[in-house]
Amino acid sequence: MMPKWAFEDFEVGQELKLGSRTVSAEEIIEFASEFDAQPMHLDEEAGKASILGGLAASGWHTCCIFMRMMCDGFLLDSTSQGAPGVDYARWKKPVLAGDTLTGKTVVEDLRLSASRPGLGFVTCRHELVNQRGEMVFELKNTGMFLTREAAA
Amino acid sequence: MSLEHFFRIGETITLGSHTFTAEEIKAFASKYDPQRFHVDEAQAEKSVFGRLCASGWHTCAVWMKLNLAWREDLDPRPWTGPGDAPQFGPSPGISGLKWLRPVYAGDTITYYRRATGHRPLASRPGWRMLTLVAEATNQSGDKVMEFDNAVLVKADQ
Repeated sequence: MMPKWAFEDFEVGQELKLGSRTVSAEEIIEFASEFDAQPMHLDEEAGKASILGGLAASGWHTCCIFMRMMCDGFLLDSTSQGAPGVDYARWKKPVLAGDTLTGKTVVEDLRLSASRPGLGFVTCRHELVNQRGEMVFELKNTGMFLTREAAA
Repeated sequence: MSLEHFFRIGETITLGSHTFTAEEIKAFASKYDPQRFHVDEAQAEKSVFGRLCASGWHTCAVWMKLNLAWREDLDPRPWTGPGDAPQFGPSPGISGLKWLRPVYAGDTITYYRRATGHRPLASRPGWRMLTLVAEATNQSGDKVMEFDNAVLVKADQ
């Protein structure tokens, strides 16, 4: 079955909604325990005493939360062939336990691959905003997507 | 003691190695990046990657894990002053992240860190921004990942 999103379905300026999700203390601690075991990511009191002001998600966890929101938002129903990297990821404000993040993706550039027929590059800027309207996370990347013909 | 010496500016530090099993690749990806080439061997064989491979974020997260786990046991360099020892704070972000080659199930990845410079922060007196380069190579010596990173450091100097 043809996915909903192939290269031709993206337009410059288009805005895709990634939905909302609340980040729990449990998942912050679970991620940090495995990958980023610093006190402000593991303990409420240590977080409050830190510059972050509370139990705060590891920045890498925020990247992963964003990735999952993008997967559920459109990537899993697309012709995605992965991404060669990320131009930047900015941890602009702390993501604290209990925060609700709302995500969006804005398409900034489109081009077809010169070397691989049927493959296109989609450059997007993504952001996560918290329940107070503050942008906590911003990321720019270029993903690779098959054209409808190549995916058929 | 200079901050250059304390921060190990210009020195490439080998943080350690990690072997990515199929089970952990799928467990990580099923939570955070459930694209078919990260969660299903048969689907991965039909994808551009050809085999099950780790989410790029998984490759990054293990860098952080080994970065924290690295201890100065082998080459201790405690702060000898003047003033209090610099304290590491949060990071404002990363840039130039490149996933240069897939990390396949069974690959053993070696991680590196190199501090490249530091500067005072006009917006936060008493704090400095330390810049770092992160890299990772596979068992064949091919680079699989690199990014530029920065971290805030509280330092009196």
